[in-house]
Amino acid sequence: MTQLANEDLYQTVPESTRPLLEIRDLEVGFQTQHGLVPAVRGVSLTLHEGQTLAIVGESGSGKTTTAQAIINLLAGTGKVTAGEILFEGRDLTKLSAKEIQDVRGRLIGYVPQDPMSNLNPVWNIGYQVEEAIKANNVAQGKEARKRTIEVLQEAGLSDAADRLKQYPHQFSGGMRQRVLIGIGLSARPKLLIADEPTSALDVTVQRQILDHLATLTRDYGTSVLFITHDLGLAAERAEQLVVMYKGKIVESGPSKEILANPQHPYTQRLVAAAPSLASRRIQAKKNPQADAEKIYSEGSLDTGLIARASRRESAAPDRDLISVQGVTKVYRIRKGGFRSDELLAVNDVSFGVKKGTTTAIVGESGSGKSTVAKLILQLEGITSGKIEFDGQDVAGLKGAELLKFRRRVQPVFQDPYGSLDPQYNVGNTIAEPLLAHKVGTAKERQARVLELLDQVSLPSATRFRYPSELSGGQRQRIAVARALALKPDVLVLDEAVSALDVLVQGQILNLLTELQAELDLTYLFITHDLAVVRLVADNVCVMKKGQIVEAATTDEVFDNPRELYTQELLSAIPGGNFEFGR
Amino acid sequence: MPSNSPIGQTHYVAALEDTPVAAVDRLDESQKARSTWADAWDSMRRRPAFWISSALILLIVVVALFPSLFTQVAPDTCDLGNSNDGPAAGHPLGFTRQGCDVYSRIVFGTQASVTVGLLATMLVTLFGVIIGALAGFYGGWIDAFVSRIGDIFFAVPTVLGAIVLMSVLPARTPVTIAVVLSIFAWPQIARIMRGAVLSARNSDYVTASIALGVSNFKILLRHVIPNSLAPVIVIATVSLGTFIVAEATLSFLGIGLGSDVMSWGNDIGQAQTSIRTNPQVLLYPAAALSVTVLSFLMLGDVLRDALDPAARARR
Repeated sequence: MTQLANEDLYQTVPESTRPLLEIRDLEVGFQTQHGLVPAVRGVSLTLHEGQTLAIVGESGSGKTTTAQAIINLLAGTGKVTAGEILFEGRDLTKLSAKEIQDVRGRLIGYVPQDPMSNLNPVWNIGYQVEEAIKANNVAQGKEARKRTIEVLQEAGLSDAADRLKQYPHQFSGGMRQRVLIGIGLSARPKLLIADEPTSALDVTVQRQILDHLATLTRDYGTSVLFITHDLGLAAERAEQLVVMYKGKIVESGPSKEILANPQHPYTQRLVAAAPSLASRRIQAKKNPQADAEKIYSEGSLDTGLIARASRRESAAPDRDLISVQGVTKVYRIRKGGFRSDELLAVNDVSFGVKKGTTTAIVGESGSGKSTVAKLILQLEGITSGKIEFDGQDVAGLKGAELLKFRRRVQPVFQDPYGSLDPQYNVGNTIAEPLLAHKVGTAKERQARVLELLDQVSLPSATRFRYPSELSGGQRQRIAVARALALKPDVLVLDEAVSALDVLVQGQILNLLTELQAELDLTYLFITHDLAVVRLVADNVCVMKKGQIVEAATTDEVFDNPRELYTQELLSAIPGGNFEFGR
Repeated sequence: MPSNSPIGQTHYVAALEDTPVAAVDRLDESQKARSTWADAWDSMRRRPAFWISSALILLIVVVALFPSLFTQVAPDTCDLGNSNDGPAAGHPLGFTRQGCDVYSRIVFGTQASVTVGLLATMLVTLFGVIIGALAGFYGGWIDAFVSRIGDIFFAVPTVLGAIVLMSVLPARTPVTIAVVLSIFAWPQIARIMRGAVLSARNSDYVTASIALGVSNFKILLRHVIPNSLAPVIVIATVSLGTFIVAEATLSFLGIGLGSDVMSWGNDIGQAQTSIRTNPQVLLYPAAALSVTVLSFLMLGDVLRDALDPAARARR
C-alpha cells in the first residue's frame, strides 16, 4: 500500500498494514421538510491500528454524525449519500443491517456521550453488561457472568462482583461512564468510538476515566476515535487531529503540530479561543470604543487583551461590597413518612468581594457552589451565618428592601435555553426588570432596551425575535442584557458560559470583561472550569463538599496552589499546560 | 494519492475557498421573527385536517346562530299525516313519526347542542385553569386541598353525576346542562393545568424573574400561565365534542333538555320509537352529532401537533 506519504514518521505502523479505518469523501444528509440537508460534506480520514484520533469541532459541525455514520447509528432520517467507509478494507456503508450488527460491538465499540441516559434504569448493571457480552458472542452462560465481572474490573470498578445487582441510579456519573466504557470494550473491539465520553463529568473523574481508557487501549492495541469539543483533551490524548467546521474538514494531521501551529483561519480562531492554564487574565483596554467592534466580531480572546492582571485593589475601596460570613445551608430531604435527612450543602463559608473585581467560586458538582450563588441572590434562605451587601445584612429582607437589593444584584444563569421565557420576545424580556421595578415610561424603557442590545452587540432588530430563533450565545447575551437593565452593581454568573461552544464562550467572556471596565461591575463567577477562571477572575475560592478549601488571588491559586485538592484539580485539566500556538 | 488529501498522517489544511469561515455566532437576520404561536399557526395551516375541521366548525356555528338561513320550514309545525314519510319536495330528509321535518329539526337543533358544548367548555376551562394554576403555583396546602376536592369530583363519572343532578333541577335549559356538566368535568383540565404549571414554575426563566424582582403574582400571570396553556387548549377543544355528546346522552335518556327544546339528543331519543320502521330518522341527527364532534376532535389533534414541541420533533 502506498497511501502514506511519510510513513517513516510513524514506526508503530508496519509498512504492510493497511489503515484500520479509512473514510473517503463521506457525505451524510438528513431528510427534512425542506429537502435533504447535508450534515457531513466530503469527509476523508484515516486511522491506523493502535492510534488515537480526535475529531474536534463546535456543535453542529458534523463530528458526531461522522462517527455515527461509521457504525450506521445515524439518528432519524440521516443517510449516507456518498463516499465509503472502509474498515479493514470492507465498506461498512454497503453492509446489510444484519452484517453491520455483527460489526457493532464486536469489531467497533461505541461509548455514548451521556452516561445518565444510556443505561436502562430498570435493569441492573450486571444484566446490561452481560447482555452486551452475550450479544457479541464473547461468552455464554456461566462464562458470561465471569466475563462481566472481568469487564467491569477492567473498567475500573474494583468491587464489581458486589455491584452486579445494583441499578444505574445507585452509580455516580463517573461509575456509569466506566460501565459504558466496559460495555464498549467488552468484546475487545479493534476500534473504540468515544463520543464526548467525559464531557458530563468533573475534571478529576474525567482524568481517571481518560487515563484508564488509555491504559486499556494500550494493553489491547485498540484504536480510539474521540469526538470532542475540548481542544485540551485532543492535545493531550490524541496523536491525530481532525478539525471539522460546517460538515467539512478544515485541517487534519498530527495534533500537537496543528495545535502549536494552526494554519486554517478557523483552526487558528479555535485555538486562540481555547482557554488554557497558560493563558492570562483578559484585561479590557480602557479605550473600549475603538476596539469594541473588533473584539466583538471575533470569538478569539484577543492576544492584546491577554495581559497580566494589574492589581485593582488599590483603586477599590477597602470595605467588601459583598461579605459572606460563616454561612451555612442545610437542606432537609424527606425520606418518606415523617423522617427526614439533613444535607449540609454549604458549611461555614466566608469570603469577601471587593467592588469592581471578579471573584470566582470553583468546584466540582455537588460542591455547593451554586447554592452559595442562590444564597447570595436571596433565592434561598441561609441556615446560619451572615451575608452583607454594601454594609447591610441582606438575610430576611422583605418587600421594598428586597426589591432594592434585587435591583443592585442581578443573576445570569447557566442554561441559555431555559432562562428566557419562550413566549416573550427579546424586547419584552429585556424590559421586564424595568417594568417590575417601575422604571421610566414606555418610551424610556424602549430606549434602554436598544441601548442594552447595543451593549451586548446585537442588532436592534433582535428585540422582535423570540428565544427559539437565537443561538445559545445570543441567548446568553440577552440574559446579560436583561441583568444589566437596572444598572446593577453586581452580576452573579452561575456557570454562565459553560454550555457554550468555545468560540462563543470566548466572545461572551470578552463582552463581560468589556462591560466590567465600562460599567464598574462586580462579578461573582460560579464555574467548574478552572481554565475560564484563569481568564476572568481576580480572586478564586475553591469549594469542596460545601467548604472553601482555598481562597486567594487567581495568580496565587494557579501558580502556587497550597491545597492538595486544588493541585489535583489543576493537574486534571486536559491539556491544561499545553502551550497553544497563538 | 494527491498531496493535499486529508489522510490523517500528514498535516492537511483545507483550501480557504472551500471552507469559508463565517463570523462567530452572527444573528441570522434573513429569517422573519416568529413567536411560538406564529410557529403553531404555520404548522397548522399546512394541514388539510385543519382547514376541513375549521370549515365544518364555522358552518356549524353559522347554522347555530342563524338557523332560518338554512331552512324555510318551521321545525315545530308538524302534520301527523306525514308521519314517517320519506323525502318529499322541500323536505329532503323526510319526516319523523310526529310528522315533523327532519332536516329542519336538525338545523334548529344545532343551537342547543353547540351552546351546551361551548358554554360547558368555557366554564370548565376557566375554572380548571384558575384552580389548576393556583394549586400548581402555590403548592402546599392549597394544592393538597384543591387536588383532593378534584379527585372527589373526578371519581364520579360525568354523565352519572349529571343524571343525578339534572333529575333534581327544576329548569332544564342548555345553561343548566352546561353548568352541571362542568361541575363534574373541571378536574380534568385542572389536573392538566396543574402539571403544566408545575413544570413551568420550576423552569429557569421563572427563577430568573424572581431574582429580577418580579412579584409572584405577576410571574404567574405573565410567565407561568401563558407557558402552560397549550395542553389545556388541546384538551378543551377535544372535550367540546364530548360535552355535545354528553348533552345528547342526557337528552336521549329524557333528563337532558326539556322536550320543548329542540336538540339532536332529544331527536335521537324520540327516533328510537321508529327505529325499525324508519331508521333514517335516527341516523340524520346522529350524523350531525358525529360530524360536529369529529370536527372538534380533528381540530384538537391538529392543535396538539402544532403546540406540542415533542410531537413536532417526531415529525
